Amino acid sequence: MTDKPMTDEAAVPRDSNEIIVCRDVHKWFGQLHVLRGIDLTVKAGEVVVIFGASGSGKSTFIRTINRLEEHQRGQIVVDGIELTNDVRNIAAIRSEIGMVFQSFNLFPHLTALQNITLAPVRVRRWSARRAEEEAMKLLERVGIPEQAHKYPAQLSGGQQQRVAIARALAMQPKIMLFDEPTSALDPEMISEVLDVMRELAGTGMTMLCVTHEMGFARAVANRMVFFDLGVIVEEGPPQQIFEAPTQERTKQFLSQILH
Amino acid sequence: MTAEVLPPPKISVGPMAWLRENLFSSVLSSLLTLVVGGLLLLVLLLVADWALTEARWGVVTSNLRLFLIGQYPGDQAWRVWLSLAIISALSGLSAGIYGAATRTLGASLAAGQILIAVLALASNLGWVAIAGLLVNAALVGVAFFASVRFRISRRLLVVMWLASLPVSFLLLSGLGTEAVPKVSTSLWGGLLLTFLLAIVGIVLSFPFGVLLALGRRSTLPAVRILSTVYIEVIRGVPLITILFMADIMLPLFLPGEVRLDRVLRAMGGITLFSAAYVAENVRGGLQAIPSGQGEAANALGLSTAQTNIFIILPQALRAVIPANVGLFISLLKDTTLVVIIGLLELLGIGRAVLAQTEWFGAQLEVYVFVAAVFFVMSYAMSQASYRLETAMGVGSR
Repeated sequence: MTDKPMTDEAAVPRDSNEIIVCRDVHKWFGQLHVLRGIDLTVKAGEVVVIFGASGSGKSTFIRTINRLEEHQRGQIVVDGIELTNDVRNIAAIRSEIGMVFQSFNLFPHLTALQNITLAPVRVRRWSARRAEEEAMKLLERVGIPEQAHKYPAQLSGGQQQRVAIARALAMQPKIMLFDEPTSALDPEMISEVLDVMRELAGTGMTMLCVTHEMGFARAVANRMVFFDLGVIVEEGPPQQIFEAPTQERTKQFLSQILH
Repeated sequence: MTAEVLPPPKISVGPMAWLRENLFSSVLSSLLTLVVGGLLLLVLLLVADWALTEARWGVVTSNLRLFLIGQYPGDQAWRVWLSLAIISALSGLSAGIYGAATRTLGASLAAGQILIAVLALASNLGWVAIAGLLVNAALVGVAFFASVRFRISRRLLVVMWLASLPVSFLLLSGLGTEAVPKVSTSLWGGLLLTFLLAIVGIVLSFPFGVLLALGRRSTLPAVRILSTVYIEVIRGVPLITILFMADIMLPLFLPGEVRLDRVLRAMGGITLFSAAYVAENVRGGLQAIPSGQGEAANALGLSTAQTNIFIILPQALRAVIPANVGLFISLLKDTTLVVIIGLLELLGIGRAVLAQTEWFGAQLEVYVFVAAVFFVMSYAMSQASYRLETAMGVGSR
């Protein structure tokens, strides 16, 4: 069904600036229709915040973009490569996308530094030395170079999430996906992670963030997308979403989370 | 408001306080302590009386060669000590490099050899054996300090370990030359055979079992079904049946000119049997790894094989160390079952020794000795596993 031939880069018509193109994406979990035709185009350098109630399909959607979930209908094209069952396409797309998870998913048997260097050494075939130098730079960028040799269990939640961001950045992705990066954090640690994300957005990284941090969204996002029941109900710049939402459901949801 | 900082409550310490608290806290408790203590003392005295006066330990010392190497020819026994020397040296090196668990095993190996050498003083084993065993014990220590002093690459050590198995096997079975004539494996026996069966069984069944566990979770239906069928069939059949089949039925299926050695067949049977259990243990470990680990690895672009090797297996195998060591201890003890296909490992030799008219009625001595040897080996393994768990606990959640 989704078994389409590997797409020739030239065959996919696109604006050269469009880095993620999703057309009519559908996904079922068994009988449950969780994504019901998502159309979304993201331009290079854009920061898009996706929000919506739990169960609305927003996490599932960003997980289809790097094939952690398989979409069953529709088309996803990342940087000119169509996401199909072809493992080469999947590998090529994953090498352009970094992902940060709600529960960090650091490797508990490796130190912070080893967590970061693993993929560059094993996938990109960098020398251990080069990978370590780059990893230390990233740890400095996220503000915790002194924690390099600690294991994840010895770090606070905020520190773990910052290591996870550094780990994703180590593969030099063009796109970063954030799946509720601050939802599992204690309140006092949220800002340290958001600061890193804000800095990252400033460098022109393309970012898709599933988050309910509305302050962050207002300050950083170029565009906000509201998901409900597996469809995009409304999208627009933060100012419009916060001040003049056109859809009733958007208003209702915002009033619930912005007390 | 500042909270008052209080010192922790005083806890009484010292042996007297311990006794009062744990053994004599009430009249009933004191009474129980006295009765149980008295019974224990009585049993201990009876056992000591038997062991020191009545028991004819001569059955062990005068048959020590049989217990150690079975009917392996006496003038070729140096080959056994030499292959033990290889293992001793490598254990010493490993102890220096890996620490903790391997140190326990190395120390046990050295202590065991010294103990046997002491026993050998009272036997007809000869000075070559005694000297060899003592040199081997010393070798463990020398290799340990050498590896601490000079840095030896881990990769080299692994290669040496892998090479040591076939080298030892060739050394023991012989090359057919003047200096090292062939020794039929039907003559191998005693502790030597027990050791070989257990080591080969453990070393081969572990990787095979890990592959089976991964196979059972594979997304490829053929691999998954084959692994599952293998595991379930083997687990549904007693080891004795498998040994019988390996011994009697395997030759029927092989072409006439291929004659597999009986010891090799036993090793094969034990390995195939144990692998299914290793697989189930490892599968338990694999299931305990949160799916987020694999997702994070996939998102980073690691391939399935890389994800298994670098992320999933290190965590899963660590989680199943206790279960696997337990399995290997029972494998060690299950090697006694090869007596059923006519191989005389430690227990089999014990029974053969008891058939000598001279030692008629010395069952207790023989079985106590055999039990003690098995206990020492099993205890060393379980201690090593505790050390391994502690050493690998770093960074665990």
